[in-house]
Amino acid sequence: MNELAAYQSAFVDALDAEEADFAPSRHAAFDVYRNTTMRGCVDALEDNFPAVACLVGRDWFRSVAALYAEAEPPRDSRLLHYGDTFPAFLAAFGPAAELPYLADVARLDRLWTESYMAADAAAPDWGGLAADALARVVPTIHPALRLFRAVTPAVSIWQASRAGLPAVDDLAWRPECALVARAGMTVQVHAVEASSLAFIDACATGATLAEAAMHTLGIYSDAALDHIFAECLRIGAFAHEGVSHP
Amino acid sequence: MTALTAGVGFKPQHLDEALACTEAGVWLEVHPENYMVDGGPRLAMLDALAARHPLSLHGVSLSLGSAVPPDATHLARLRRLLDRVEPALVSEHLAWSVYEGRYLPDLLPFPRTAEALARVVDNVQRTQEALGRAISVENPSHYLALEGHAWSETDFLAELAARSGCGLLLDINNVHVSAHNLGFRAEDYLDAFPLHAVTEIHLAGHGVDETRDGRLLIDSHDAAVDDAVWLLYERVIARAGHVPTLIERDGDVPAFDRLMDERRRAHRAMSRLREAA
Repeated sequence: MNELAAYQSAFVDALDAEEADFAPSRHAAFDVYRNTTMRGCVDALEDNFPAVACLVGRDWFRSVAALYAEAEPPRDSRLLHYGDTFPAFLAAFGPAAELPYLADVARLDRLWTESYMAADAAAPDWGGLAADALARVVPTIHPALRLFRAVTPAVSIWQASRAGLPAVDDLAWRPECALVARAGMTVQVHAVEASSLAFIDACATGATLAEAAMHTLGIYSDAALDHIFAECLRIGAFAHEGVSHP
Repeated sequence: MTALTAGVGFKPQHLDEALACTEAGVWLEVHPENYMVDGGPRLAMLDALAARHPLSLHGVSLSLGSAVPPDATHLARLRRLLDRVEPALVSEHLAWSVYEGRYLPDLLPFPRTAEALARVVDNVQRTQEALGRAISVENPSHYLALEGHAWSETDFLAELAARSGCGLLLDINNVHVSAHNLGFRAEDYLDAFPLHAVTEIHLAGHGVDETRDGRLLIDSHDAAVDDAVWLLYERVIARAGHVPTLIERDGDVPAFDRLMDERRRAHRAMSRLREAA
C-alpha cells in the first residue's frame, strides 16, 4: 500500500475509534472530523426519514441514526439515496420493538424518496381508444410509482406524521396499502385497497388491462375495477408507452 | 451574458426569489450531488434556474485527494449534469472524502507530499478529461497541523494548476479559519497564493468551538461573512482584479434578500475596482 492510502486507512480507522494510535487523532481538533462525518450521515437520515423522526422525536431518531451510520456508512455520496437499508435496520432494532409500525413507516418514507428521484414520464394517451382496444393495451408502469403493503396501519400513521401529528386518533389496527406516485412534480401517497396493488402487479408483469382486471377479480371478487382503473389514471400510475424502467 | 460578479449559494427555499432576481452579474452555485437523480422536482428546479441564471456546479464528493482515481460512475453523472445545464463554473476541493467505496461526508486533509501531488494531478486530469473542460480546485479549511507536508499549500496548489491546467477556487473564509486554527497569518498565505489561476472566490461565515486544546474556528457556513474575511477579500481583489465571488450559506439560512445584501457588498467591491481602473 502506498503512503497516501496507508494514511487514509489509518485516518478512517481513527474516525471510527474513540482512541487510536494515529498521531492526528491525538489533537482535540480531530473530533471536528469525527463530528462532521457523523453529523453528515445523521442529518441525511433525518432528511430522508421525516415521518420516522416525527414519530420517535429528534433525540431518539438521531441516536438510532448514529448507530445505523456506524453499522452501515454511506456507499454513495448522493446522500438523498442514503438509508435504503434503514427500514430493515429499524425492524431488527430491539429498542424499537414496542413500535411495531416503525419499520413500515420508514419503508414508506423510503418509497417517497424513490418516487421523488425517479425519471419523468408523460401520461398515457388512451383518450381515443375504444373500450375493446383499451382492454388490449399493455400499460407501462410510471417510473415514479411504488407499491406499499404493511400488516400495520402504517399508511395512516405515516400520513399523520408527515402532517406533523405524532399520533392518530381512533386508529383502526389493520393492514394498510398505498400507492406512491408522482403526478407532475408532486409525490403523493394514496391509501388504497389491496386489490389496487394486485391490479398494478398484474400490469407490471406484462398483462393487458383486461387480463390484469381478470387477475384482480380472481383474488378479490368484489374489487371495483372501474374505480381502481380510474384511480390509477388519476394518480399517474401509468406512463406513455416506450418509457424504459430504471 | 454579462460578466459574472457576485453569486449566492442556491437554497431550494429561495427558488421563487432566485428565479425572479434580475440583478446584473448574479449567478447561483449548487452542489451537483443533490441533483444526481433520474428526474423529478429537483432536476426540474435546476433546469428552471439554468434557464434564468448562470450556474456553478461545486462538487463536494469527488475526493480528488484519494489514492485512487475518481469514481467513473460519479464522473459520468457529473458529465450528464454539465451537459444538461452548461454551468459557467465547475469546482471541487483539495480534499478526500471517499475511502474504499465508503463516503465520509466531510472534506478531509492529507499530507502534501510528492506522491499526493502526483495523485491529485492525475485525479484532476482524469476529471477534466471526463468532463471535457477545466475545473477549479478549492483550498480546504484546516483544524489541525498534520505532519509530513513536503509542500506549502499555496505552492502545492500552484503546482497542481500548472501541471493539470486546472483553475483554483480561493475560499477566503477557509484561509481565515485555517490561519486561526494552525497559527499562521492569513495575509501571508494570501500573498503567496497563485492568484493568476484563481477563477472563483468563496466567502462564508464560520462558527467557534471551544476544545480542550483551545478555541477552534469551524467552517460552518451558518453565519454572515465575518468582517475580517471582508477585509481580506478587499485586499485580494485589489491584486487579483475581477473574480466571480460567491456568498456561501448552508446552515441557519436567512431570507434570500439577506444573502443578496452580502452578495451586493461583493458586487460593489468589484464595481469599485472597475471604476478605479
